[in-house]
Amino acid sequence: MSDLFLVAHIAGRGVAIDAAQVDSVVDIGDIVAVPRAGTFVRGLAALRSRVVTVIDTGTALGLAPTPDTARRAVITMVEGHHYAILVDSVEDVAPFQRLALSPGLALQHGWATAGTGIVERDGEPLLIVDLAALIPASAPVV
Amino acid sequence: MDDLLEDFIAETRETLEAISGEIVAWESDPADRTRLDSIFRFVHTVKGSCGFLDLPRLGRLSHAAEDVLAAVRDGSRVPDTAMVNAVLAIVDRIGELVEAIDAGASLDDTSESLLIAALAPDAKPLVHVASAPQSRAASRSVRLNVDLLDHMMSGMSEMVLARNELARRLRDSESSVDPQVEAALERLSLTVADMRDTVTRTRMQKVDALFSALPRMVRDTSAELGKAVHLVIEGADVELDREMIELMRDPLVHIVRNAIDHGIEVPGMRRAAGKSETGRLVVSARQSGNQILIEIADDGRGIDVARIVAKAEQQKLYSAAELAAMSDAAKLDLIFAPGLSSRDEVTAISGRGVGMDVVRANIDQIGGRIALTNDPGHGLRIVVHVPLTLSILSTIVIGVGTQRFAIPRQSIEEIVTVRGDQVRIETIGDAAAVTVRGRRMPMVALASLFGLGAGPPPTLVIVSTREGEYALGVDSVVDTEELVVKPASPAVMATGVYAGKTLPDNGLPMLLLDTSGIAAVAGLLFAPTLANHAAAEEAVVPGIPALLFDDLDGQRRAIALAVIDRVEVVPTDAIRWSGGAMRLSVGGALVPLYAVGEFGGRADVSVLRLTDGESEMAYAITDAIEIVELPAEVAPARQAIPGGGGPIAGVVLIDGEPVELVDPHALFAGEPMKAAAPPVCLLQVDGSGWMETFLKPALEASGYRCVTALAAGETAAVALAMEDAPIRETAAPVVMLRRFRTAEGDDDGSIYRYDRPALIAAIAARRAQ
Repeated sequence: MSDLFLVAHIAGRGVAIDAAQVDSVVDIGDIVAVPRAGTFVRGLAALRSRVVTVIDTGTALGLAPTPDTARRAVITMVEGHHYAILVDSVEDVAPFQRLALSPGLALQHGWATAGTGIVERDGEPLLIVDLAALIPASAPVV
Repeated sequence: MDDLLEDFIAETRETLEAISGEIVAWESDPADRTRLDSIFRFVHTVKGSCGFLDLPRLGRLSHAAEDVLAAVRDGSRVPDTAMVNAVLAIVDRIGELVEAIDAGASLDDTSESLLIAALAPDAKPLVHVASAPQSRAASRSVRLNVDLLDHMMSGMSEMVLARNELARRLRDSESSVDPQVEAALERLSLTVADMRDTVTRTRMQKVDALFSALPRMVRDTSAELGKAVHLVIEGADVELDREMIELMRDPLVHIVRNAIDHGIEVPGMRRAAGKSETGRLVVSARQSGNQILIEIADDGRGIDVARIVAKAEQQKLYSAAELAAMSDAAKLDLIFAPGLSSRDEVTAISGRGVGMDVVRANIDQIGGRIALTNDPGHGLRIVVHVPLTLSILSTIVIGVGTQRFAIPRQSIEEIVTVRGDQVRIETIGDAAAVTVRGRRMPMVALASLFGLGAGPPPTLVIVSTREGEYALGVDSVVDTEELVVKPASPAVMATGVYAGKTLPDNGLPMLLLDTSGIAAVAGLLFAPTLANHAAAEEAVVPGIPALLFDDLDGQRRAIALAVIDRVEVVPTDAIRWSGGAMRLSVGGALVPLYAVGEFGGRADVSVLRLTDGESEMAYAITDAIEIVELPAEVAPARQAIPGGGGPIAGVVLIDGEPVELVDPHALFAGEPMKAAAPPVCLLQVDGSGWMETFLKPALEASGYRCVTALAAGETAAVALAMEDAPIRETAAPVVMLRRFRTAEGDDDGSIYRYDRPALIAAIAARRAQ
């Protein structure tokens, strides 16, 4: 059986995001900073009449911060709140077979908690990223 | 009353449905304390409502059940199956009775004494008497879940925002918009605005809905207890969120009952204590910012804190050591402790230890707070602060660096600009503090806390939190705004400094600051001693506020603040001595003025504008000093003080200085002229215009109204005519004016037209004739 996945680029890598987690893909406008919030919180942005929390995906993964110019974001809803996960780019949506992580694969940084599996696109493996795990405050305890 | 009954029926029905599960659970485990409590609350509430709705049968049943449950609660009775069944039979009967009332049907009451008898410890198990099922009456009104109203309200705000966005998009679009689209948008806007009003209104209700039950309840309760109580209700027009009204209903009933039962004494005791036999109970509502303050004040005996403490120890709620360590305020707070009852005997009205804990729980639930002001021997004042509504918040928007934040208005005491000696920023050790008019408090510079800048902030927002007050340094105060605030995501809330997020009209998200949270994050420590001190101060009944001022004769005097409408500076030109009294002409009206001294050569003078609600007068002073609280003791003045001062009620001690207290009653009593129309002076003009241009202003400055012809129904107090002009028919006494300085003969009653004092005197004299 295969599930629908959104193929996107985060921190220069191709990833697959479970389409069930994706509310929409948008280009967000002005971001209002949230002083004192964790560095992974880029700020707040208005999305139509909603206010979403913008997540600096690079920082959330423990990598270099996502550049300020990044505007494309995947909107997801976690525990009743909307988040905009900044991505480099989005490719397409396609059904893939969900595969377990290869044994012995040593994921570093945030990839270790965010990565839940692998899909194979044209022979190229893509890490399945759990968007909820990118939001540390609500990250499920594994 | 029908509304109340309907409410009661609907509420009882709902509660019954809600606790049916509890009942079953209790049946299987009679020792379960929490189930017991919720059933106890139910019968207690029913009993309470029956008291003022005049439902004696329900009252009897619920009282009996409550007695038994109270016995179980305090451990004097062990619940067994027979008892549980008997209580449940009563709960069932309450349900049946309520349905019967609703349907207007009558229900046989023969078995009710059996039901009550079955509660006795040695009673035989009850044989359940099945009663015929009752049909429910159709109702014109629908009870809505408040969640649904909330949902409607949030849907409404979404709709408004969507409309705003649509309008913005259309405005921004390059191409010209089709007029038909614009018209459609216009119609949409109107509909949306109308809908918003309606939806908001569905949530608002006059607080009268809450108060209307009180007169009857107070009458019945006081009659039952043999007390005389005069109930005063104020501010019934104030509007409050419907949900708040519902949630306030029970607490208010409990508080009022307690006030009559525990607070107000029986007439004999009141007489002995030197009070009038009729107790006074004032229930008032007023709006303060986005809070509604509901105040219940009685002039009874107040709370005997020592007795409460003794009770708490006796009932083992706290240890003696714990109680000894408590501050006065904490001791007073014991009345909210669950299970504490200050009464020795139980009455039908109150005194079962359920009540004040429920009151506090209900009020906490709606984000309100409750403040007690106890004056042992003289009364108790309970102020309940409740938020106006749960969804729209009145805020002040402040700017820090490039960002904007909202602060809830209710937490703001005042906003001051750092300037001069009155408001200055100091550094104590490495902590920042501000001194605002002699009051020192800690300061948090928002810019440095948020990393948005450095340097001393130009503007201070004084905020008060539960723990204490402090100054929040900001760059600017931008605006006030009514905002729909929603919870922010956990990642944002984790900072501890925000209370929520909102989307104002400009389309940029904004965060609402949590002032308590900021104090905590900034590490402000409010010493508990300070807080206790403040609480202890609050526990003293405040005296009557009065304005302390320097009078014209150099004396320092005070006058009750309530009679002062405002204080203003007027030019002394506006004050004229006319008609035997000093008058101030202001804004086209003449106001009697009282002055104890001369104005000297000054060009303007401060006056207190006094009002008793109907008439106005002014009191000239040298300088207003400050607002003080009058002590309870006033040394009465002996008659009028010779040589000065005017009407003085007595002398009070303020800061160790004797200060004369002005008697506003005497001021107004000595002023026969109410805000009556000035007397009319009819000018018989000769066409030269002299009277209109020369005479009219002079006379009007002296308190007359000049006309050249009488309007229908108007009568002149006096008429003026030139001696050489023909005198027209007039009923009013006539004052003749002559053109020459000297009179033609001794019997000439005419007045030289430029002899102003003589003219004014002659007019006054003719009027008096």
